[in-house]
Amino acid sequence: MTVDLTVHAARQRVSEPLLDARLVVDRGGFRLDLPLTIDSGEVVALLGPNGAGKTTALRALAGLLALSDGHLTLAGQVLDGPSSRSWVPTEQRPIGVVFQDYLLFPHLNALDNVAFGPRRHGLDRRQARRQAADWLHRMGLAEHARRKPRQLSGGQAQRVALARALAVDPALLLLDEPLAALDARTRLDTRAQLQRHLAEHPGATLLVTHDPLDALVLADRLVIIEHGQVVQEGDAATITAQPRTDYVARLVGLNLFRGHARGQTVLLADGFRLTTAEQHDGDVFVAFPPSAVALHPDRPAGSPRNTWPAAISGIQPNGDNLRVQLSGPIEVAADITPLAAAQLHLVPGQRVWAAVKATETRTYPAAPA
Amino acid sequence: MPQLDTTVARPRPAAPRHRPRRVGRIPLALLLPALLGLLFLVLPLAGLLVRAPWTTLPQRLTEPGVLTALRLSLLTATLATLLCLALGVPLAWLLARIEFPGRRIVRALVTVPLVLPPVVGGVALLLVFGRRGLLGSWLDTTFGVTLPFTTTGVVLAEAFVAMPFLVIAVEGALRGADSRYEEAAATLGANRWTTFTHVTLPLVAPGIAAGAVLCWARALGEFGATITFAGNFPGRTQTMPLAVYLALETDLEAAIVLSLILLTVSVAILATLRDRWISAP
Repeated sequence: MTVDLTVHAARQRVSEPLLDARLVVDRGGFRLDLPLTIDSGEVVALLGPNGAGKTTALRALAGLLALSDGHLTLAGQVLDGPSSRSWVPTEQRPIGVVFQDYLLFPHLNALDNVAFGPRRHGLDRRQARRQAADWLHRMGLAEHARRKPRQLSGGQAQRVALARALAVDPALLLLDEPLAALDARTRLDTRAQLQRHLAEHPGATLLVTHDPLDALVLADRLVIIEHGQVVQEGDAATITAQPRTDYVARLVGLNLFRGHARGQTVLLADGFRLTTAEQHDGDVFVAFPPSAVALHPDRPAGSPRNTWPAAISGIQPNGDNLRVQLSGPIEVAADITPLAAAQLHLVPGQRVWAAVKATETRTYPAAPA
Repeated sequence: MPQLDTTVARPRPAAPRHRPRRVGRIPLALLLPALLGLLFLVLPLAGLLVRAPWTTLPQRLTEPGVLTALRLSLLTATLATLLCLALGVPLAWLLARIEFPGRRIVRALVTVPLVLPPVVGGVALLLVFGRRGLLGSWLDTTFGVTLPFTTTGVVLAEAFVAMPFLVIAVEGALRGADSRYEEAAATLGANRWTTFTHVTLPLVAPGIAAGAVLCWARALGEFGATITFAGNFPGRTQTMPLAVYLALETDLEAAIVLSLILLTVSVAILATLRDRWISAP
């Protein structure tokens, strides 16, 4: 099949990424401008809040939406080039898509759903069915081949959808929130299986999600977009350690502030001063986890270098602990044990003293390295 | 506390007596017209049954003219439905899936035969397909084909009147179907035609079946356009409704028998198709 050849051809030219794109889409006031490269075998997660442009990017890659500007090259072939007026329609692109609600054809059984792609790529009915049966076997679904989609559980339907997308040997695999439709328990199993299949996929993979856990577990690299723009890009370790926007900080569960550092003091925009462990000069981010914030009924004496009066604006359960939202000179989240909450008699609106040790903070330059 | 108990307890025994009457009562203002409406629809059919000449029925049924008209009616209605399917389903797809200038006008034009008196439709067909019509004279001189006053003419007249029913039903089904399945098919390498035949058609099959049944029923009962465009020639263009009308002037009993047959056939076929197709999930 032609798709096979293009993947292999691209893998020989190791220097070039398999997918090389700048996706620019203008749609009535919203503008997506997303540079994106993915290597063979690499899994990239596109992460962002609702309305950030994730689905728009996926539709542009799949050819369900035309670029307004930029370029899109996959395995050396220009799929969409507004300046050169080149355009390859969806059905001729070497792609596979797993849709959010799978969109398995309701009138076909699992086997024929998976055989649909190979059949369109030139295999005869018997060959296509054999290939589909192989894929279902690989997904552990051999005994469900004759079932219609509505007879499948959510996790099974997800795997059939993945098999259907992979059965055409795509150079680029696109996954749109592949686990969002599953309940929490199924999601855990399915995520582990998905990870295995993505690792075996020789082409490029783009995973669109708003779930940071999916992105961290499944992807080699994360691209985070907000309002159609890339706000941060990197591997999971860098992003979890050094978030650069409030959205990313919330995703990875950190309090994040931006300010101007002079030595061990960081002056925030609203005049608040944080004392940090590391020394910096210039614009920096300061991050610390909610567990580093201690609450006291009265002004604490002694070691903590950062203390300020705050009011409790909200309390939510968070795992075994409680997450307390504090308003005051700076807005922070604090994690405390239920026992501590009981001893402090915490209620919304109550005034407390917050304290953060300088050694619990992390400081890094605001200008990207 | 004891006082509170009595006040709470008091309405309880009364409740079972009240409730069935309140919930079960249907407003008379709705019930009366509903029953009248039902009566209005059923009474004429009952009249047909009451006045039917049951004793001579077997003999009348086997009269050659009756069977000929029935066969012609079934044949032309079926052919007209097939013609409507072949042309109407693609038309419905175009209206439902493709954005083009003047789509609203086209949609309005499609529904015109629905509100047009069938006789006017027949006249219009004559003006276009008649011997001296716009297309008819060309068809006559080039191919030697004449449509009016032929069985083909009957099929055309029936299709003209019945096609809007099919187009509207199928377009509605297409709009109701999730077009993202078609996008999914495209990502798997299916072009538009393959997507239409392998994904869209199976998805809207119940809607197409419903439309075809409506279309067939309308074609079977067609009278005005048929008699205007195709005339009333026994064995060639005289369908059941035409035969009924003709018999009415000479032989009332014959008209009743023919009506009974038409009624039985349409009810039987509609009932069978309804069970098999329309109520399918």
